[in-house]
Amino acid sequence: MNSTWSRFNITSIVLGFAFLYLPIVLLIVFSFNESKLVTVWGGFSTKWYVSLFHNQGLMDATWVTARVGVISATVATVLGTLAAITLTRYTRFKGRVLFSGMVFAPLVMPEVITGLSLLLLFVAVGLDRGFVTVTLAHITFTMCFVAVVVQSRLVTFDRSLEEAAMDLGAPPVKTFFQITLPVILPAIISGWMLAFTLSLDDLVIASFTSGPGATTLPMKIYSQVRLGVTPEINAACTILIAVVAVGVIIASIANKRREIQRQLDERAAQRG
Amino acid sequence: MTDIAATAAPSTETATLPARLATGFVNRLVIIVPYLWLLFFFLVPFIIVFKISLSQTAISMPPYTPVLGFKDGVSGFFAGVRDLNFDNYTWLTQDALYFNAYVTSLVIAGISTILTLIVGYPIAYGMARAPATIRPTLLMLVILPFWTSFLIRVYAWIGILKPEGLLNQVLLATGLISQPLVILNTYTAIFIGIVYSYLPFMVLPLYSSLEKMDYSLIEAAQDLGCPPTGAFWKITFPLSLPGVVAGCLLVFIPAVGEFVIPDLLGGSQTLMIGKTLWNEFFSNRDWPVSSAVAVILLLVLTIPIMFFQQAQAKAQEQGR
Repeated sequence: MNSTWSRFNITSIVLGFAFLYLPIVLLIVFSFNESKLVTVWGGFSTKWYVSLFHNQGLMDATWVTARVGVISATVATVLGTLAAITLTRYTRFKGRVLFSGMVFAPLVMPEVITGLSLLLLFVAVGLDRGFVTVTLAHITFTMCFVAVVVQSRLVTFDRSLEEAAMDLGAPPVKTFFQITLPVILPAIISGWMLAFTLSLDDLVIASFTSGPGATTLPMKIYSQVRLGVTPEINAACTILIAVVAVGVIIASIANKRREIQRQLDERAAQRG
Repeated sequence: MTDIAATAAPSTETATLPARLATGFVNRLVIIVPYLWLLFFFLVPFIIVFKISLSQTAISMPPYTPVLGFKDGVSGFFAGVRDLNFDNYTWLTQDALYFNAYVTSLVIAGISTILTLIVGYPIAYGMARAPATIRPTLLMLVILPFWTSFLIRVYAWIGILKPEGLLNQVLLATGLISQPLVILNTYTAIFIGIVYSYLPFMVLPLYSSLEKMDYSLIEAAQDLGCPPTGAFWKITFPLSLPGVVAGCLLVFIPAVGEFVIPDLLGGSQTLMIGKTLWNEFFSNRDWPVSSAVAVILLLVLTIPIMFFQQAQAKAQEQGR
């Protein structure tokens, strides 16, 4: 679709992106502020980063968050991928409507409801609130996001590849691991990353389902924010943003490389 | 929903019988594992919420009286039914606070959704008409803030909107205003927070429906003498409606129950149901009443959620 990119279009994009990025940029800038006041510039300093690393509570919370994130994202990716396969491949089984409802509803469900209901479940089955319960809760709400990401890739997947493999005698499970999985792998990886960042970000569900000794980083940040805005929180946020940004950029470069490689392979195959 | 069931997967039918039997077991496992997980961790909890919303507050741990179990057999169950307690719901109707919180939440979410649409549409439109080479980069730039923490992005606005914050500093310095604007801890701050946080959810579905559009339709309309604004309202907007609906639902539903934004930006003067539920649970430690609040909120949101699910299923069907 070739079209004129009018001045109006460019202006709206520039303004839109300014709106999206300016607050984050300002937050990062003021994390290097010498002054204790967050909004008055007092010169460049990295002292807040130093004091951050001496804040034991914050460090513990980071460690908890990282472990919850890795474990829940991994389990959620497996479950979400299975759910995506179910949604795209098995179109006739009892309770399919209920199943797709249970996959899509958590995407928009207000977090307070999800958090409260999971907590009441854990209390009902007698599970002590803590690391395990937060992880279980995170698996549940992030697996639905994974399912949607993987499903969008599966929908465009060329089934004839699988059929060819099976015609040549490959059993279905082998076909899945050798043909299907490599093709949908990029979607699975971005599903994992999405699950991980969602877990990293979550305040509400974690607050409901966590217990003593399993305070996550957002819970810690939230309790400090309530006491007032400090440059130290800005520094913590900046580090979080940097970690996520680096992860996303590396993933997208890797994706691009794979894409280029695939195109080269295809061209070679056509010539071959 | 039934349309999807009709378009059954063809390939399993072409497979040979032993292969089908072997696949049968794997197939079942693929369905059963996520199914049971969601049943246990998503559906069952709602039933428990409903159950506890009918119990009474008690000073114990957990802080509610037991209701409706099968511990005493069937007769015990029916005895439990007699003891069911709707006080929490009557309480919700008697105290105007809750009714106001529900209505305010719906109104705030509605206005925010329209504002997000107004802000998001030009961005999505500009992206869809950008040169094809830079479109992936623009898409990436819209998604990137979504990856950074929600809490952080809301927090960033506190420093901007405060009376002595950056926005007021800029406005005072340029002489546009002589008194600092009071934005933080008002509903205006909540609107800004919701529009900002949910913007990617609006832009992405809008973009994907605008990108698919055939722009020769507009050229044809303009060739036939239709003014650009007329062409927009008669062609572009109706064709982008699936994106508009999806985007609006993605913003509206979570915004109704939003907690972080009204809590951090709205201060104590503003009223929203997510915050009410949170306070009822964490400050008052009244689990039965907060369960009742959640049940009503869920009922209010059932219709939009069903719309959302149907739109998702439809999009999935078209993707095939």
